[in-house]
Amino acid sequence: MNREALITTLKKIVKPYIQDEEAFANLTEDTDFINDLKINSANLVDVVLDVEDEFDIEIDNDSMEQMLSVKVALDIIESKLSQ
Amino acid sequence: MKTKKNRVVITGMGVVAPNAIGLENFLSAIQQGTSGIRFQQNLADLNFSCCIGGIPQVSEALKSDYLTPLQLRGFNSSGILYGCMAGMDAWKDAGFPIDENSRTDYDSGMVFGTGTSGIDKFREAVYKLDEGKVKRLGSTAVVQTMASGISAYLGGILGLGNQVTTNSSACTTGTEALLMGFERIQSGKAKKMLVGACSDHGPYIWGGFDAMRVMTYKHNNSPEKGSRPMSASASGFVPGSGAGALVLESLESALEREANIYAEVLGGGINSGGQRGGGTMTAPNSEAVQKCIANAIKEANTTAEKIDAINGHLTATSKDPVEIENWTQALDRKGKDFPYINSLKSMVGHCLAAAGAIESVATVLQLKHQFVFPNTNCEDLHPEILKRIDSSKIPTKAMKTELNIIAKASFGFGDVNGCVIFKRY
Repeated sequence: MNREALITTLKKIVKPYIQDEEAFANLTEDTDFINDLKINSANLVDVVLDVEDEFDIEIDNDSMEQMLSVKVALDIIESKLSQ
Repeated sequence: MKTKKNRVVITGMGVVAPNAIGLENFLSAIQQGTSGIRFQQNLADLNFSCCIGGIPQVSEALKSDYLTPLQLRGFNSSGILYGCMAGMDAWKDAGFPIDENSRTDYDSGMVFGTGTSGIDKFREAVYKLDEGKVKRLGSTAVVQTMASGISAYLGGILGLGNQVTTNSSACTTGTEALLMGFERIQSGKAKKMLVGACSDHGPYIWGGFDAMRVMTYKHNNSPEKGSRPMSASASGFVPGSGAGALVLESLESALEREANIYAEVLGGGINSGGQRGGGTMTAPNSEAVQKCIANAIKEANTTAEKIDAINGHLTATSKDPVEIENWTQALDRKGKDFPYINSLKSMVGHCLAAAGAIESVATVLQLKHQFVFPNTNCEDLHPEILKRIDSSKIPTKAMKTELNIIAKASFGFGDVNGCVIFKRY
């Protein structure tokens, strides 16, 4: 899966949790989950669970802690997929 | 120095009951004696003795009128759903907006009770935990299963800033919540209190009662005939579920904003029999029940002869005649002098923690609309009841009549009692 396709899939995953529609519409790799998309921090664990289900990967605690932006999320997903 | 006590009135109500959802539908259901008891295939599949129960008929579309798609993600707590629906309806009925951007309202609080919260979510979580998948629980396993889940959900939806809490006292819960909110307004600590209670449905909440053989197993083929309070052929209660909610408000605040007033709460009594004097974990101490009722009347500054009607606890177990005896003793009234009495459980079953709240809504509707709703399934009144009160006091058809004061009582496991006195306003 290329980077473009990954972003599209990630957008679909975070959509239910976002509280800023404008930031979501303009989502780029630099978009931050909490500061830009206004995702409730408690919901970050749900995003991670949905990512695990979608890509059939397991995200460890260290990776999860860093998964606060689109860029880091994509990097982590790519690295897990290539393992 | 004697402090001034605020008078407390009811300015909004909401209800999610097995026989109707929403105040208007519920009013018409209780006027007509509509049953909400149905055969429950999943109970039969799980080898329950009692395979009937009362579950509010909530569609997926209706759910999304109350909770957002995000709130509904991984949501599996029927009691919280019913409580949110009833609580939001009551709030709107009282004329208050529901706006996620509103400012915190420090004058308004909530006491919203339950017995157990999110039992289906809890089951889901336990299975995952036992498979070693703790990380897979998601972010809402705690808020759906903590006892105060309902007040946490509703408090945030409404933006309440006064005391926001959940009480729990078995089948007295709803009535106790009402009195706790009442006292908070009476003493001037809040202007408005949303009070009520909710209860989950299904095998995991009802199973323990089935095991105790306190639910009827004789009406699996005739569900609507199953819940038989005061009947000679009563053979145990029928489990129910749902929620009832009432907005209590200081009379001053209600008058100031020209709110619709359903009734006044004059006062009430709460006590326990201490599991002494005949009282046990599951049976009431009659002396305490009588004291509770007498104390409620005293607190309400009224007298027993002024009570026009009673909404009883009356679950359709062998304890119904004992409850009638306790009312006759506490009021010192019997035969034709006894007030009208009814039990909502003949239509909706025993809604457990939510019972007192749903039944209080029904009681207040009777005052507002000046009628007594019918008792169904008691064409064969229990002879021990007929020895004490006249059958004309147990209406089996809706009856228009002038009502000024109604007493409503609930009793629960742990030998706890609650009685509230409502007055027409």
